[in-house]
Amino acid sequence: MDLLDFARGPAINVAMAVLVFGVLWRLLAIVFLGKPVDRTVPRLGTPGPFMAGVREIARRMVPHPTFAFAERFAFFNGWVFHVGLAIVVFGFRPHILFVKNLTGLSWPALPSGVIYAVGAITALSLTAALIKRLTSPVQRFISTADDYVSWLVTMAPVVTGLAAVGHVGARYETLLAIHILSVAVLLIWLPFGKLFHAVLVFLSRATTGAFLARRGV
Amino acid sequence: MADFATLGDRLADFGVSRRAFLKYASWLGSLMAMTPAASRAMAAELAKARRQSVIWLSFQECTGCTEAITRSYGPTLEDLIFDFISLDYHHTLMAVSGEAIEHARKEAMAANKGKYIVAVDGAIPLKDGGIYSTSAGETNLAMLEETCKDAFAIISIGTCAAYGGIPKANPNPTGAVSVSDIIKDKPIINIPGCPPIPEAMTGTIAYLLAFGKVPELDHLGRPKAFFGDNIHDRCYRRPFYERGQFAKSFDDEGARAGWCLYEVGCKGPVTYNACATTKWNGGTSFPIQSGHGCLGCSEPDFWDKGGFYVPLSGSVGPTAKLIGGAAIAGAVAGVAAAAVARHRKSSLNKG
Repeated sequence: MDLLDFARGPAINVAMAVLVFGVLWRLLAIVFLGKPVDRTVPRLGTPGPFMAGVREIARRMVPHPTFAFAERFAFFNGWVFHVGLAIVVFGFRPHILFVKNLTGLSWPALPSGVIYAVGAITALSLTAALIKRLTSPVQRFISTADDYVSWLVTMAPVVTGLAAVGHVGARYETLLAIHILSVAVLLIWLPFGKLFHAVLVFLSRATTGAFLARRGV
Repeated sequence: MADFATLGDRLADFGVSRRAFLKYASWLGSLMAMTPAASRAMAAELAKARRQSVIWLSFQECTGCTEAITRSYGPTLEDLIFDFISLDYHHTLMAVSGEAIEHARKEAMAANKGKYIVAVDGAIPLKDGGIYSTSAGETNLAMLEETCKDAFAIISIGTCAAYGGIPKANPNPTGAVSVSDIIKDKPIINIPGCPPIPEAMTGTIAYLLAFGKVPELDHLGRPKAFFGDNIHDRCYRRPFYERGQFAKSFDDEGARAGWCLYEVGCKGPVTYNACATTKWNGGTSFPIQSGHGCLGCSEPDFWDKGGFYVPLSGSVGPTAKLIGGAAIAGAVAGVAAAAVARHRKSSLNKG
């Protein structure tokens, strides 16, 4: 078994199993935890929990006007690499085929050239995010190892993917294997670190929105 | 092997002009990515070369490699080159049989000790004493070891000889191995493929004849001249890959339009061979041009890579079962964790 066989076989399969196990474990542990009975009377004229949740999700897509200027870098750069990652992950045909091979689901792909360009922009954006984290005293102070590991496991597939398509540094099959292995590491880390926000972000924001709406906030 | 005139003299006897010979050498040189100066040197050395004794051993194989080399559509000169190789032993091509051919092999080995080339096609079975493939009462292993003992170099023709190939495919019932798994003290050149490109075989033999040394090889023992590039990088369908245009089946609109075959399992991106450039049948076509994805037949263990029609980016192995099991375990763990937390909270409230 060569490195690519290992990456396409045991490594990615175990990584996906860990991802599914971890996501369901953590998600169901939260969902079935139940919430305390709220004995307060809902304020009149507020939207229901669902609408309040949707509104909160939308509202938090942009920073509060008070902080808009101060947070302009985090806002723009955050959008760039999140959208970039989405385009690269879901727009590249080989990635779509990975999903199709597992689930049968497929959708149109973007031209490879677009993906390469977006991948490069995403890598630059992630680099900028790290520089900001390291140079901002406040951000550095509140950062933990989780933040850096999460950054690393996110950045690695982008860089290795770009190296693979560009044949940079090694033979294609080796680069492809390294890329798949880096994705495997990402999948294993995702449920247990801050990257779990990918699963919880909308749930937590909606819950917060529903909670605050009831109080008329 | 009898004493013959040099290749140049013999070609002249056959009416082949020096110009034609130089053209052939240039063609061969360009095929092997040699510099013009090296091509000229190759022509000069080839002209001076004498008949090279070649002993061709066929083991666990399908004779496809021999079929391929005998159907070389190279220039007629190439056939003449073969006239200048004394093929002293070859099961399929020899007219004689029985004791006579074994005698020919041993005679050639004795007469050309340390100078002859051994070409091997087919894997070597080792299980149960190697009884699954024998010839003249000898196991393939015994014949290989005996013949290679005094050889100058060994050429493993085809993926079976080079890497074990199809006989070695899971579950490998005969314990098949490659030549390089057995022979450790001789130069070995691998010309893999199922079958190999005829020009890769003849070109490598010509190089050995001309320069008397092994050409530059890659990490899998293949001449870089023929196996230096992956098929994907040289494929005429590559622009469709870049544009995101893929055939989704072998008879859809994309397939008819000649789009990239990555989605139907083409292994071109991880396969190193000259198929996309040298092609087959005199440069007529190659598998991808004929509408089928590359199987990766010049790579080790190509038969066990998870399926010819699974895209390269797809996972292989028991993915569904593993994920299904993980989902059940994760759900149980999650619900159990929530139940434990609720119970503890309830106990605290009561306390």
